[in-house]
Amino acid sequence: MGMKLSRRTVLATALAGSLCLAAGISDAQEETIKVGVLHSLSGTMAISETTLKDTMLFLIDEQNKKGGLLGKKLEAVVVDPASDWPLFAEKARELIAANKVAAVFGCWTSVSRKSVLPVFEELNSILFYPVQYEGEESQRNVFYTGAAPNQQAIPAVDYLMNEEGVERWVLAGTDYVYPRTTNKILEQYLKDKGVAAEDIMINYTPFSHSDWQTIVSDIKAFGSAGKKTAVVSTINGDANVPFYKELANQGISAEDIPVVAFSVGEEELAGIDTEPLVGHLAAWNYFQSVDTPQNGEFIDKWHAFIGDDKRVTNDPMEAHVIGFNLWVQAVEKAGTTDTDAVIDAIVGLETPNLTGGIAKMLPNHHITKPVLIGEIQDDGQFEVVWETEETVPGDAWSDFLPESKMIEADWTAPINCGNYNTETKTCGGGS
Amino acid sequence: MHPLRSIQKLLLALAVFCAVSSSAFAQAADIEALVKALPEGSYSDREKVVFDLAATGDERVAGLLGALGEGDLYVRQADGRVVTARRAGSDYTLRDALTGEELGAAPSSDIEKIRVNNRLRRAVSSAMGQLTLMSPDAAVRLAAAQSMLKTADPESLDLLNEALGKETDAQVKQAMEVARAAIVLKTEADAAGKAAAIKALAAHGNRETLAILTGALTTASPEFVPAIQQGIDRIEGRLAMWHGLQNVWYGLSLGSVLLLAAIGLAITFGVMGDINMAHGEIVMLGAYTTFAVQQVIRTSFPGLFDYSLAIALPLAFLVAAAVGIAIERGIIRWLYGRPLETLLATWGLSLILQQSVRTIFGPNNREVGNPSWMSGAFELGSLSITWNRLWIVVFALLVFAVLLIVLNRTSLGLQMRAVTQNRRMASSMGIRTPWVDAMTFGLGSGIAGMAGVALSQIDNVSPNLGQSYIIDSFMVVVFGGVGNLWGTLVGAFTLGIVNKFLEPYAGAVLGKILILVFIILFIQRRPRGLFALKGRAVEA
Repeated sequence: MGMKLSRRTVLATALAGSLCLAAGISDAQEETIKVGVLHSLSGTMAISETTLKDTMLFLIDEQNKKGGLLGKKLEAVVVDPASDWPLFAEKARELIAANKVAAVFGCWTSVSRKSVLPVFEELNSILFYPVQYEGEESQRNVFYTGAAPNQQAIPAVDYLMNEEGVERWVLAGTDYVYPRTTNKILEQYLKDKGVAAEDIMINYTPFSHSDWQTIVSDIKAFGSAGKKTAVVSTINGDANVPFYKELANQGISAEDIPVVAFSVGEEELAGIDTEPLVGHLAAWNYFQSVDTPQNGEFIDKWHAFIGDDKRVTNDPMEAHVIGFNLWVQAVEKAGTTDTDAVIDAIVGLETPNLTGGIAKMLPNHHITKPVLIGEIQDDGQFEVVWETEETVPGDAWSDFLPESKMIEADWTAPINCGNYNTETKTCGGGS
Repeated sequence: MHPLRSIQKLLLALAVFCAVSSSAFAQAADIEALVKALPEGSYSDREKVVFDLAATGDERVAGLLGALGEGDLYVRQADGRVVTARRAGSDYTLRDALTGEELGAAPSSDIEKIRVNNRLRRAVSSAMGQLTLMSPDAAVRLAAAQSMLKTADPESLDLLNEALGKETDAQVKQAMEVARAAIVLKTEADAAGKAAAIKALAAHGNRETLAILTGALTTASPEFVPAIQQGIDRIEGRLAMWHGLQNVWYGLSLGSVLLLAAIGLAITFGVMGDINMAHGEIVMLGAYTTFAVQQVIRTSFPGLFDYSLAIALPLAFLVAAAVGIAIERGIIRWLYGRPLETLLATWGLSLILQQSVRTIFGPNNREVGNPSWMSGAFELGSLSITWNRLWIVVFALLVFAVLLIVLNRTSLGLQMRAVTQNRRMASSMGIRTPWVDAMTFGLGSGIAGMAGVALSQIDNVSPNLGQSYIIDSFMVVVFGGVGNLWGTLVGAFTLGIVNKFLEPYAGAVLGKILILVFIILFIQRRPRGLFALKGRAVEA
């Protein structure tokens, strides 16, 4: 591991160095508002995060075409934290302290977010975090534009229970904080719903796990107990491809044991032949296939910007679109990019999302989102089979865990606290 | 002919015709109304429509429902007509869903897909089961019987009995009998009938019947519970035996993947002693070669797709070998005898290769398809063996055998062994040692490239592909004994099988840790690995 870190560090430093140089040159020409982009362009997470970097460049380009912000042009400062968690903190510091960015859009994994939190707090800057995550957190300097567990995991389980009649559950995940916390919440939720402990199987695998034979055959065995079984998958990133391949090869079809995934989107499916996967599910707040005028326009512009009409769009991209639009509105409302003013101005602002609803920034720094359940199609897209009637407000602290159900986050006066205990009426978390 | 009689006949014929055609007309209208209702309403409403359609018994319904299950059914927006649509270029060619009448081409904006979810798909496959149970094709009848087993709908019992009476194919007959038993168990049949059904299910003894029996356990009347329990125990006992066998097979399969990844390294590291950290990236290049080959085949020669791997293999060997020779000539030969520098240099190289692939092909996974002969699985007893894993085991052993022959039976192999055993003496005998070094490194790399072709079938083809195998490869070579090919073979399979026996008990994460601990302890005891190389080469 030590070797891995240092080799990434070398590369990232080299890359970042050249990018900073480029940023410095354009700086001399005119005064701009700088926007930091903190996404891995190399290493394991490059597969997911590179697209988000492109999305940010696209959004900034679009905004500049409209005349910029507060009469100034926006300028992207891109750095590469190289999928190296401590390097995220270093790069965040560089963006805020050296490049003086007004806001940062970035991070993917929870561990990278956790690693930059202290930096944003210390230097008082703003981070927009676009990925679904495990909740149990609300920080004054961070805006969570991805889904909290109640906006993704819980509705998905409800769907399986009601529509598919599932009684037996496999909770399979990659071994790190997001799957572990999500599964903890789900396990409690299922038990509250009367599911017996022996009807829940929990399984964790390492990152990039590639040999799924044993686990898939275990799932098959678990599913032959005479009750309808489903898999709730929090398997991350590149481990998904061999997982789905093994499912298909062992002949587990969605009609027998459906898999609902929280980390598999259009981007991940691009690497798989989806023919044998038709019918497996994913829960997100956005799908490329959603047929609304806003989404159609967004996809067209995106394709034109990137110069490739095969490039897919996905949920975290929409989260960045929403986050960016909210930030632009907040800056316009505050008349400045000053951190405190923007944080005060942004709560309560609304912007249309791409699926025909409205995203509103809540006092707990999460947003309202619709929840969509999609089934994988043979063309690698998802088809929405179910959606919530109204948008669901993001809940930072899960109501299904005994240690967090009395905690609320509210960053408006008079509470102004990320972990306010509604029982003891104090700021400072659980018991 | 008597004129009156002929008129009588005519009248009769007319009456019959009228009766038939009016009922046919009513039925047709009925079906059309049902088809019209197919795109609308909730999934549960539409599920009912599917069953109603199946109940009409009309022969056109099978095709219609088949298309629905496949997701080929659309609604033409202009007139609400239900059509099947097949993609032809950028447009779709439309046919009427019931009659098959050609309706010309239409752009995708003119038609809307009829959404299908799993529930509806299940309804379709169960309806299809009933509709196709009498099909002339045995494979279709088998699929029908299997889908009836899944739904076990008591209403289809009569149909199944009828089909069973006509069935001649032994395999289909068995499947039908199992399905019948599953249904009987659900109905209010007499005690003898139920007991026979339980017996039939227990005798069949696979996971599906186990599921049916376990499900029946809670609903059955108390008198049958002991019999069902006995049946379950019997099936579980048999499955437990197969489970052990299955673990061995999974272990062999994991071992073959390890062997493939490590075998090239066994040459470059094991035989030559070069620490090549870019080995994983050479494997990755092999995988990307497969991708490139498939890409060309997809666009230019779609008919050749099943041969894409055979075409990719020699190409991957050449590409990887060329890169390997370039690495040896360009970097490693200047660093012989300086392992730390070799390690650092090749490590840097691995980063360069990774990032260049990322720049050229993009950071995302690339889709490498499985040819038809590498997809799916077959049953061996209660063991389900997937074709791709089986071929990879065969391929790994084949590569190993060829490599042994090259090393032991060819002049290149002889020179290689001579150079690694005693470089100076080999040189004195007139062997061009630099040339042999380059060839050996090229061979090791080429084999790594071929491993990449195989790994592209089971893993992601992404720039990170190599990283996940480099540690495992070194582990296998060190464990098996540096410098010994047989050691690599035994090492790979041992680690694979041990891993697979640990995994069900310890979980994948802990299993991997335990393996590492095991290897560390083992190396403490036997620093030279399983098969230590004896002789002067070791001291050199």
